[in-house]
Amino acid sequence: MSVSVPSFVNVGERTNVTGSARFRKLITEGDYAEAVSVARQQVENGAQIIDVNMDEGLLDSVEAMTRFLRMIAGEPDVARVPVMVDSSKWEVIEAGLQNTQGKAIVNSISLKEGEAQFREQAGTCLAYGAAVVVMAFDESGQADTSDRKVEICERAYKILVEEIGFPPEDIIFDPNIFAVATGIEEHNNYAVDFIEATRRIRETLPGCHVSGGLSNISFSFRGNETVRRAMHSVFLYHAIKAGMDMGIVNAGQLDIYDEIEPELRELVEDVILNRRDDATDRLLEAAERYRGQGGGQAKVRDLKWREAPVAERIRHALVHGINEFIVDDTEEARQTFDRPLHVIEGPLMDGMNVVGDLFGDGKMFLPQVVKSARVMKQAVAHLIPYMEAEKEKSGNKGKSNGKIIMATVKGDVHDIGKNIVGVVLQCNGYDVIDLGVMVPCETILETARREGADIIGLSGLITPSLDEMVFVASEMERQKVDIPLLIGGATTSPAHTAVKIDPSIQVAPVVHVLDASRAVGVVSKLLSDQRDDYARGVKGDLAKIRERRLAARSAKARLPLERARDKAWSCDWSNYTPPVPVRPGVTELKPDLAELVDHIDWTPFFFTWELKGSYPAIFEDPKRGEAAKALFADAQAMLDRIVSEALLEPRAVVGFWPAHRDGDDAVVFTDDKRNKELARFYGLRQQAGKDNDRPHVCQYDFLAPAGHGDWLGGFAVTAGDNVELLASFEADKDDYNSILFKALSDRLAEAAAEWLHVKVRREYWGYAPDEAFTNRELIAEAYDGIRPAPGYPSQPDHTEKRTLFQLLDAEAKTGIGLTNSFAMTPASSVSGLYLSHPDSHYFAVGRILRDQVEDYARRKGWTLADAERCLAPILDYVPGVESAA
Amino acid sequence: MNRVDRIKAFEERAADRILILDGAMGTQIQDLKLDEDGYRGTRFADWGVSIKGNNDILNLTASDSVKGIHRAYFEAGADIVETNTFSATSIAQADYEMQALAPEIAREGARLARAAADDVAAETGIERGVAGAIGPTNKTLSISPDVNDPGHRDVDFETVRKAYYEQAEAMAPFVDFFLIETIFDTLNAKAAIKSLLDLRAASGNAIPIMISGTITDRSGRTLSGQTAEAFWYSVRHARPWAVGLNCALGADEMRPYIAAISRVADTRIIAYPNAGLPNDMGEYDETPDQTAGHVGEWASSGLVNILGGCCGTTPDHIRAIAAAAKSANPRRPAERKRAMRLAGLEPFELAS
Repeated sequence: MSVSVPSFVNVGERTNVTGSARFRKLITEGDYAEAVSVARQQVENGAQIIDVNMDEGLLDSVEAMTRFLRMIAGEPDVARVPVMVDSSKWEVIEAGLQNTQGKAIVNSISLKEGEAQFREQAGTCLAYGAAVVVMAFDESGQADTSDRKVEICERAYKILVEEIGFPPEDIIFDPNIFAVATGIEEHNNYAVDFIEATRRIRETLPGCHVSGGLSNISFSFRGNETVRRAMHSVFLYHAIKAGMDMGIVNAGQLDIYDEIEPELRELVEDVILNRRDDATDRLLEAAERYRGQGGGQAKVRDLKWREAPVAERIRHALVHGINEFIVDDTEEARQTFDRPLHVIEGPLMDGMNVVGDLFGDGKMFLPQVVKSARVMKQAVAHLIPYMEAEKEKSGNKGKSNGKIIMATVKGDVHDIGKNIVGVVLQCNGYDVIDLGVMVPCETILETARREGADIIGLSGLITPSLDEMVFVASEMERQKVDIPLLIGGATTSPAHTAVKIDPSIQVAPVVHVLDASRAVGVVSKLLSDQRDDYARGVKGDLAKIRERRLAARSAKARLPLERARDKAWSCDWSNYTPPVPVRPGVTELKPDLAELVDHIDWTPFFFTWELKGSYPAIFEDPKRGEAAKALFADAQAMLDRIVSEALLEPRAVVGFWPAHRDGDDAVVFTDDKRNKELARFYGLRQQAGKDNDRPHVCQYDFLAPAGHGDWLGGFAVTAGDNVELLASFEADKDDYNSILFKALSDRLAEAAAEWLHVKVRREYWGYAPDEAFTNRELIAEAYDGIRPAPGYPSQPDHTEKRTLFQLLDAEAKTGIGLTNSFAMTPASSVSGLYLSHPDSHYFAVGRILRDQVEDYARRKGWTLADAERCLAPILDYVPGVESAA
Repeated sequence: MNRVDRIKAFEERAADRILILDGAMGTQIQDLKLDEDGYRGTRFADWGVSIKGNNDILNLTASDSVKGIHRAYFEAGADIVETNTFSATSIAQADYEMQALAPEIAREGARLARAAADDVAAETGIERGVAGAIGPTNKTLSISPDVNDPGHRDVDFETVRKAYYEQAEAMAPFVDFFLIETIFDTLNAKAAIKSLLDLRAASGNAIPIMISGTITDRSGRTLSGQTAEAFWYSVRHARPWAVGLNCALGADEMRPYIAAISRVADTRIIAYPNAGLPNDMGEYDETPDQTAGHVGEWASSGLVNILGGCCGTTPDHIRAIAAAAKSANPRRPAERKRAMRLAGLEPFELAS
């Protein structure tokens, strides 16, 4: 079914000194190279035309226009789109036209200074070969009513088309978008006037176009982004229907019309369409309720609790995570107690006990607890100097509940979960020594010995970390380090702990900790008198898991590799023409942060904080809703900072290569002649028995065999990192913001991968140029093609990243490095391959038999031991022992 | 016959068959085997710098030879010849310190071609045309000559426009068309277009403009980076009598790009490729039959309205091309839906 959609061209507006503070700064400081990158970002983000404006009082605008246009002329990524030369000064416009080899748009000319000047300027535009924006402005001023707008545009059209032969299709009228809901009654009909005028102009003046600067409409709601976005969307919705086909629109300041909250949309629509006399008042009144929904600002604060006694104030501050007054309150408390330690043991621990109880009852949630911990830490930090002084006097040693070493193992850089557990343990009075990320085994054990640690906690996210954890456990066994070992992190599991880690250590108990809320319970039991009983119980549980696993494994028949290959996924390749990439080869991109925000998948963000539930339904959850909303508001505020202060610098690289399937592998060629092999990606095939003859998939089954001209794509994106900022959070004892920042960085990296995949489908590979999915549909993977990542279920071998990174030259192009375990640094990075076949889908290879591991090792030129180490998490047998299967 | 009547006659002829343009001037001048003194003649015997290779100066020092080359092309079947004025601007002549002579070189070049055309017309009774050749100059407005400063330019738009204005004004009394050719930087061409429109406004002449770009290699782009289609949208405001491509490529390599313009241009298409690609010695090996074989196919496929030759082509090539195109129907201009068509390096379209 083909639906006729009115076309609308969005003009990029960030290379406008009057509209972008950043661009103005760059231009006034003469940093043209960086200014060019602003233009490049806009084009990469889909601007079809870029508006260039240098109207700044302190600038030599002619010189600035000339220089900037000359600079971008040498940048094919920017110069590929037409320029809109924008100035209120004619000499600046002419300078722009003299430096544009393509056909540009002049913005703008009008009848403001009379017909003679209008004719002359239009004639000049014609001689340079430019389209023109004509403002609805004449000798008596700017047109506000629809009649005046139409009248002026008709007059201008007549002069242009009939007198000087201007092509009507090169005329763009701007009938003036003015602010509505200003409180001045005469302004109420401004949006209607524009929309009405647009309709009449498009009907009566054949060939022409209508454009406008959108942000004016919502001028009176500055500071209330929610209402502004809704106004922009509603206005555009109606204006486009009336025939507005071009506009200067900040895509980041726009909602999807259908997704605007219905009540707000109704109120906004009343204002835009001037449907009722009290529309402005009603929107103004409602606006307060929406204020800050995107900005993360709190409502009016109730400070009554400040009148309570100090112990209660401290409790309140801890439970509500308010750190504003905590130092003063702690000091006040210190002066009423004999010893500073009593403040900790008294009101502070009392408060934290309340927090712990609420958390345990499921009435508080992790983000709130982490905020509480921040308050606690700041209070303790205030007391430490007094305690040190006291200690010096008495020689007494402070006592803690226990000392815990925490580390993300060697080769891995993921630490959000580990940090959360650390904070929760600290809240509960444990000393936590956090060794950070990429910590070698020896450092962990040495620190544990030196510090007399009571517990070691290991964390990791990528699958090779599982192996490293096994190694640490076996080293503990070898070196007789008899300290309980905690295992946690996203890929860890009770099963892995039971099958792989527990058998390698006998000197100390191993406990898998599912999430932070369990950590305190586990630790307190391990450090109590019942330690031995508890440890025995855990060991027994792990043994049971092992037994169940072995039983389950033999029940699930697996096919020998050759038989699995016979049942490979296939399609009728002779009736399939693989799409050829529009832009083959390797391309570097710098994603725009603001645009990535729209691609964020929030559900995993809430998971990180152990708020399980899908977004946005989680806000309605009777238990978690409030916590989720508060966390989301903080996340929005942080995101605003990240975007406005450019706290992250995302980078991306994408490439496409001619390729074909060769057995379970993909062969990649240097060029489309396909006679010189550039690289080879290796695949793994499902071997688990299946019902109904369903195929045993390998991801390269989705790639056409030789002779069909298929292509393989690859990418790497990173959100970047910000070491200084994280260090400053650390200095402020602000784990909450530190974790928040990292969690958002991860989301932005995933968003960048999603954004890039959209771009790939629409432009770079270009097999779905007209694709238009909402973010929700994107998250649900409604599109064609997949982007499997090495190390993930479709191909669990992380070492494949090396090949991908070499092909993309990813390290040089994006700054993403690979650790010796093939984790990416910065941690907030994503990489993967692209397959375009419409029926391609994600799957899990699952456990594989030794025959495939041997075959894989042979293909990769590895020893069997190499292969077994890399594929350890998916082996269906115990290496070194003959399989019964 | 005056210019207005001649243009009308050419329009009628172009509706009837494919028009033939001449071939290379440079190749024919090489055959004259002139030494430094041959270029200088008596007038520039004492000129301070070497001027060998300044082909346009021959309009002043070897005018009979130049006129003879024009005549040879008319006799081979050309309807229109190009004046020997490719570098007759103050900017290009500065290489030989002859910038002050540029208008004289341009005027004489135009006068010689006119004289040859009028002679042949009188002898045969068939009107012959003269296209005033306007070359790209040796400076670029869109490309920095300094790799360390992408914003640098040796010249600005106004300087280039004025140089073209001077050249065009000098040629105007003698030519039937202006031909802005071998365009590797569209901004230079836009300066030329503006000078011609300015001249038209000032003098009231109605000399039609032809425009011919150069796709430099198989990337399908001009040196300044535009695709063929984007190039067309960038020069369309000249409302040219014909638009097309010449130079850099042989006919075989040029075909996809001439087809691309042919598909979108609502005016006549002009094409004059080189005689193949140059060999190791910088010479062109394609024979008249080979070139004519390629462009003859363009003609029968309805891609073109005007055919000729550029570097390496000779009167024999033109004779062969004329024969190959003789029976073909001229192409009809493309009909397109009304839309605003803009360009950066790539085309942009917004339907009306």
